[in-house]
Amino acid sequence: MAEQSAIGAMGEIMCGIVGLFIKDKGLEPHLGQMLSDMLGTMCDRGPDSAGFAVYGGFEDGFSKITVQSSDPAGFVGLADGLADKLGAPVRMTRKDTHAVLRLAANLIPEARAILRLDHPHLCIMGIGDKIEIYKEVGYPTEVAGRFALSAMTGSHGIGHTRMATESAVTTMGAHPFSTGADQCLVHNGSLSNHNNLRRELKRRGMQFETENDTEVAAAYLSQQMEQGLSLGEALGRGLEDLDGFYTFVVGTRNGFGVLRDPIACKPAVLAETDRYVAFGSEYRALVNLPEIETAKVWEPEPATVYFWER
Amino acid sequence: MPTIDLAESGLRSLNKQLHDVGEGSNETHWDIINPRGAHAVAVGVNAAIAITIHGSTGYYCAGMNREARIVVQGSVGPGAAENMMSGSVTVMGDASQYAGATGQGGLLVIQGNASSRCGISMKGIDIVVRGNIGHMAAFMGQAGHLVVCGDAGDALGDSVYEAKLFVRGSVKSLGADCIEKPLRAEHLAVLEKLLGQAGITDVKPSEFKRYGSARKLYNFSVDHADAYG
Repeated sequence: MAEQSAIGAMGEIMCGIVGLFIKDKGLEPHLGQMLSDMLGTMCDRGPDSAGFAVYGGFEDGFSKITVQSSDPAGFVGLADGLADKLGAPVRMTRKDTHAVLRLAANLIPEARAILRLDHPHLCIMGIGDKIEIYKEVGYPTEVAGRFALSAMTGSHGIGHTRMATESAVTTMGAHPFSTGADQCLVHNGSLSNHNNLRRELKRRGMQFETENDTEVAAAYLSQQMEQGLSLGEALGRGLEDLDGFYTFVVGTRNGFGVLRDPIACKPAVLAETDRYVAFGSEYRALVNLPEIETAKVWEPEPATVYFWER
Repeated sequence: MPTIDLAESGLRSLNKQLHDVGEGSNETHWDIINPRGAHAVAVGVNAAIAITIHGSTGYYCAGMNREARIVVQGSVGPGAAENMMSGSVTVMGDASQYAGATGQGGLLVIQGNASSRCGISMKGIDIVVRGNIGHMAAFMGQAGHLVVCGDAGDALGDSVYEAKLFVRGSVKSLGADCIEKPLRAEHLAVLEKLLGQAGITDVKPSEFKRYGSARKLYNFSVDHADAYG
């Protein structure tokens, strides 16, 4: 599924990003509805494709794998076949071209290997205790509708609307990118040193699904966090090692981060109240949020790490 | 006193109504409600009318203004009051990047903070910022005044021509060919006038420092002939 052309690796000039990190548990049932509204306002920044990650539905001892198949036949007998091989139950929830497989957390590496071997047509979108990732080609509101985003619940979520300027419009080229358990990243901008960095990260054992620059940024942060850095520390390190234009919004199991490059051409607005933190590429994305009139609203500073953890 | 509700009326319809205001029109006060971050609100107005925008706007608010007095009761997105010719634009909240870019005249007042590239390539506009400004302010500024009551970010006045820059707080760094210059009586007078026009009464002109071009970058120097290639 990798994009073939080297030029195709470039990131996006425009694009819209939205993100929501809930502080007040009372809002968690509304996460999908709020994120869906926000995503809808950013359609004209990125009408080609859209994607989102939602963190929720945690069950102790279980993990989730989100898989994608453009052919519905790809899901037939998937859960049963996997359960047989693992010798343990697997629950599957299908949503359009995606399905979430839920199984015992300790079986994840084995399940991943089986999926790669027996179901090479399936794309693994994300793995984690809380994360579910959905992304497709299409107008963002239509994509959100296909996956029923507005009915989803959870503690935080990140969405992206993509305007592909130089690379193909494909499912795997859409954001978010996930390169580590419960981690995801969306990006507005383009990186200039991603080829070098990708080689470096491959040498250190990271695997890549595409030639996309954003995936390199995601893998870079995953690698830093694997070495023990917190999300905030990893973002800080990124300022030294990532060259190019970027506004990143990053999700981890319990955290939510924002980073802009030192030139800060790519737009960003943050809003915070006692109940939530919200990110939008523009203020338009935030206008329907509760108490936005009294929220603290500001433009994140260049080269400054912002992150929240619960 | 027309009130336009952007939740009901389209942006093009709003701007057309504003463009259609003729000389001597009785409709001298306009209120715009529910902007909700919309782009290009009140762009290209060419009449001596007063416009109040009740809320925050997106990109390019009040761009290319001529003669109108526009007040935004909120914050503005990138490119506010871009290429203003005359009149005034007052932002009660914050401004995103390149506010007042390429402005040729008039007064832009930002009561909050302005982010990066404020007054980039300014050509005669006066800009007064009550709070702080971000990096690369007044980049290649040719004429006009930038008055900052708070602090300035990196690379203030990079490659500046003859725009005059006044900062009351700290300056993180000066850009290429921008230097501090003495604050003389005529500068105090300019500051007094601009602060007065902006309605800022608790700040004294003598508290500012002046910055401007060292004139080494944009003047041809025969000693550097080789470098011009």
